[in-house]
Amino acid sequence: MILYTARRLVGAAGILLVICALTFAVFYLMPADPAQGACGKACSPERIAQIRATLGLDQPLPTQFAAYLGGIVAGRTYGSLECGFPCLGFSFQTNQPVWDALTSRLPTSVSIAAGAALLWLLVGCTAGVVAALRRGTVWDRAAMIAALGGVSLPIYLTALLSQYVLVVQLGWLPYPREVALTDDPVGWFQSMLMPWCTLAMLYAGVYARITRSEVLENLGRDYVRTARAKGLPEVTVLRRHALRPALMPVVTIFGMDLGALLGGALITESVYGLPGVGKLAADAINSADQPVILGVTLFAAAFVVLANVAVDLVYALLDPRVRTV
Amino acid sequence: MSLLSVRGLTVDFPSGVRAVDGLDLDVEAGRVLGVVGESGSGKSVTSLAVLGLLRNARVSGEIRFAGQDLLSLGPKAMRALRGDRMAMVFQDPLSCLNPYYPVAFQIAEAYRAHRRASRKAAHALAVSMLERVGIPEARRRARSYPHEFSGGMRQRVMIAMALCLEPDLLVADEPTTALDVTVQAQVLDLLRDLRERSGTAIMLITHDMGVVAGLADDVVVMHGGKRVEAGPVREVFHSPVTAYTRGLLDCVPRVDGPLPHRLPTVEVP
Amino acid sequence: MSLLETTDLVKRYPVRHRLTRRRIGEVSAVDGVDLAVDRGETLGLVGESGCGKSTVGRLLTRLDTPTSGTVRFDGRDIGPLREDELRPVRRDLQIVFQDPFSSLNPRHTVRQLLSAPFRYQGLEPTEPVEDLLKRVGLKPEHASRYPHEFSGGQAQRIGIARALALRPRLVLCDEPVSALDVSVQAQILNLLRDLQDELGLSYVFIAHDLGAVRQVSTRVAVMYLGVVVESADRDALFGRAAHPYTHALLSAVPVPNPDVERGRERIVLRGDPPSPLNPPSGCRFRTRCPKAADVCAVERPVLREIAPGHRVACHFPEERTP
Ligand SMILES: Nc1ncnc2c1ncn2[C@@H]1O[C@H](COP(=O)(O)OP(=O)(O)OP(=O)(O)O)[C@@H](O)[C@H]1O
Ligand SMILES: Nc1ncnc2c1ncn2[C@@H]1O[C@H](COP(=O)(O)OP(=O)(O)OP(=O)(O)O)[C@@H](O)[C@H]1O
Ligand code: SF4
Ligand SMILES: [Mg+2]
Ligand SMILES: [Mg+2]
Repeated sequence: MILYTARRLVGAAGILLVICALTFAVFYLMPADPAQGACGKACSPERIAQIRATLGLDQPLPTQFAAYLGGIVAGRTYGSLECGFPCLGFSFQTNQPVWDALTSRLPTSVSIAAGAALLWLLVGCTAGVVAALRRGTVWDRAAMIAALGGVSLPIYLTALLSQYVLVVQLGWLPYPREVALTDDPVGWFQSMLMPWCTLAMLYAGVYARITRSEVLENLGRDYVRTARAKGLPEVTVLRRHALRPALMPVVTIFGMDLGALLGGALITESVYGLPGVGKLAADAINSADQPVILGVTLFAAAFVVLANVAVDLVYALLDPRVRTV
Repeated sequence: MSLLSVRGLTVDFPSGVRAVDGLDLDVEAGRVLGVVGESGSGKSVTSLAVLGLLRNARVSGEIRFAGQDLLSLGPKAMRALRGDRMAMVFQDPLSCLNPYYPVAFQIAEAYRAHRRASRKAAHALAVSMLERVGIPEARRRARSYPHEFSGGMRQRVMIAMALCLEPDLLVADEPTTALDVTVQAQVLDLLRDLRERSGTAIMLITHDMGVVAGLADDVVVMHGGKRVEAGPVREVFHSPVTAYTRGLLDCVPRVDGPLPHRLPTVEVP
Repeated sequence: MSLLETTDLVKRYPVRHRLTRRRIGEVSAVDGVDLAVDRGETLGLVGESGCGKSTVGRLLTRLDTPTSGTVRFDGRDIGPLREDELRPVRRDLQIVFQDPFSSLNPRHTVRQLLSAPFRYQGLEPTEPVEDLLKRVGLKPEHASRYPHEFSGGQAQRIGIARALALRPRLVLCDEPVSALDVSVQAQILNLLRDLQDELGLSYVFIAHDLGAVRQVSTRVAVMYLGVVVESADRDALFGRAAHPYTHALLSAVPVPNPDVERGRERIVLRGDPPSPLNPPSGCRFRTRCPKAADVCAVERPVLREIAPGHRVACHFPEERTP
């Protein structure tokens, strides 16, 4: 298991390196000159040459890449400018270190993503279980229709609609704004509620369907019959022998969705105008702020890859058959 | 009076299949009843009906167990009997054990469903049951998962689970069909031994006439959900009344005795 | 010269870690098997699950290539043949599988199924499909039906008809009756026997059911964990077996006679067959053998002839009547 974890981490590092190289190549081979971007509009050729030298742009590409990687693991200096570990460079627009920009925006994105994930797991799995156990009843049909609805509505539509109804018309909720959890928990919760629901709606339906079919399949398993033959109370039969095994595939799919979750969070925050990583990325793209774009891309890739490793490990922990070779 | 007495048992599935059709059978206390028949003759459905494990099927007739009419018992009373006074062993021990829990847990769980016992006491009991059914190093193996056992060992676990509350009746549905012959011999030996020591009555379902001959006291031959023939095992095997039973006995290729050039075939009743 | 002969067949499969897919060992599925099948003869191959019977079958028919050793068919080594060179050999070497349904394409009619072998060989059918069906005890009008319209026994008859279409000289039957009810099993065994009488076929009959093997075989080889432990003529094997494993197998088969069953001495083996991933040293049966001695752990017993045509791989063979 330890060996396996180590192998997976090494593999993940390899994948990240490849992604890093690809994005680096794409951004630095673009026709737009980074030095030009860094310098701004009216800029003398001497100034550009100077910037090229500080950023190391006059070096061959592999050397630049090596320096970039070196910065990530150990920090680096641009001329006299110190860029501490982990260094992803400086924003051309704000001159802020990219890493700082990222970490300052992260809490918002993570709040949206984590809350939504929790919400959709809770709602989706519960609905799926209820639908499976009350198979063929009104409950089942209602849950499945709601699920279908949730899946088919695009985020921006539900976001704008809910904003219009709940904030503008009914005034139940404030406009979502950036509130730190530590400053004002209630305000944070009120602000986040709508983004959470919007994002969760998209996924809860999918999870309800998966959970329902998994539970149904498990109810027909021989070991469920054995559990009944033992005379276990029906509640125990369901909880222990039908539900737990049914949740295994949900874990797997959740792992795959973690990547998409980040994307979903980015869309959601831009719809609600919340200053998260998504907004950072959008702004950076608009202003061709290459170091920031590169940083966000790498960060997202790292998130997806590591989340997948984590889910595989969780899976191995949960399923004894995977654990022992 | 018989421990289990089934009269006119009829089972209809919603698909319109009548799987069991007016079946009569009796299991006497402490004795072994062999139920034989070909595939689809309704053996498994009968056993599930006795334990009240058939879902969405119409069961009619009478099933009396120790004087109680099981078909009129409520689900709660049935649940109290199941696993405690009557237990079941199924054909495929791998799919019948839950892969997510250690074997001792699954045995202890059966015990705790009917008796008040701490987790520790139930675990200790599970270990002693595993020892009793011949699992080597039972203490250590108790925490293993089903996939870490061989087929024969898994069936021993199933038997330990069924016998942990010393039921009056053990229903065993093809308990050795999925096993190799040498392992089958071990499991049959175990059943023979347990039955001698504990006096548990066994309803042994199988399609193998040889298994019945080795273990059963009485036998019921089924075909198409009906009873074709019944009686003490010696009588039925030595002088079967129906041509169907005769055919079933004769068409089995044997490792002993004279060798026919062609095997006799069965006349379907 | 035998029709089919193998020398020192070995097959090992790599074993990979479930998650990392790294090679972590080898399954020694077949380890030095010598067999011979004469014309018109049936060689029965018995043994418990996982002992390598099907692997031997796949090697004999070149569905799989041996790690080492040779397979000679009609005197010719078929090991090094290319796929196109194998085609004529395949005509003479046909296979009947255990599960008749999974080996018949559900979307083809019986007529299509039975003429497929000719198309594959690029030949004109030599015998009308109707005659072929009659030969295996089915009706000519069955030709236009699909596999799912048949019972297990009937489907197995179709499987046999398909194997016979090209008039092979040898048919490999891998557990052809294991999935069938006893009454149907008897019919199929009789059919195989009749076809042999009629067409002079040779069979390799793989089964774990000793009774069925006795019924159809002229010679029998008993396998345990990838090796042949005993081979003999049918009557010698069932009447005077000499290997402790054969003794145990024979004594473990339940006989449908209560008096015999209750009266007989039973050899109940300890434990389970060991894993072929890590077979025991010396004699592979020693971990369960009631007669095992020190030498058995050190020295691997080779197949030795103890009587004409009766070969046993054991340091202490002892002929016994069951
Ligand atoms: N859940 C079900 N729904 C509909 N029909 C069923 C169901 N279970 C069993 N049957 C039918 O009932 C009949 C009897 O089945 P049963 O499983 O009792 O046979 P069996 O004697 O145990 O056979 P086998 O030896 O193959 O186990 C069969 O025709 C089967 O198709
Ligand atoms: N393709 C394969 N890859 C890895 N291992 C294999 C493969 N085929 C067979 N084996 C292993 O080789 C051994 C022999 O298998 P084989 O199928 O020949 O046994 P068998 O005697 O036919 O058993 P059964 O009675 O269950 O059909 C087994 O341990 C099996 O797990
Ligand atoms: S060689 Fe030894 S261990 Fe092997 S079968 Fe003979 S007596 Fe038993
Ligand atoms: Mg059955
Ligand atoms: Mg096989």
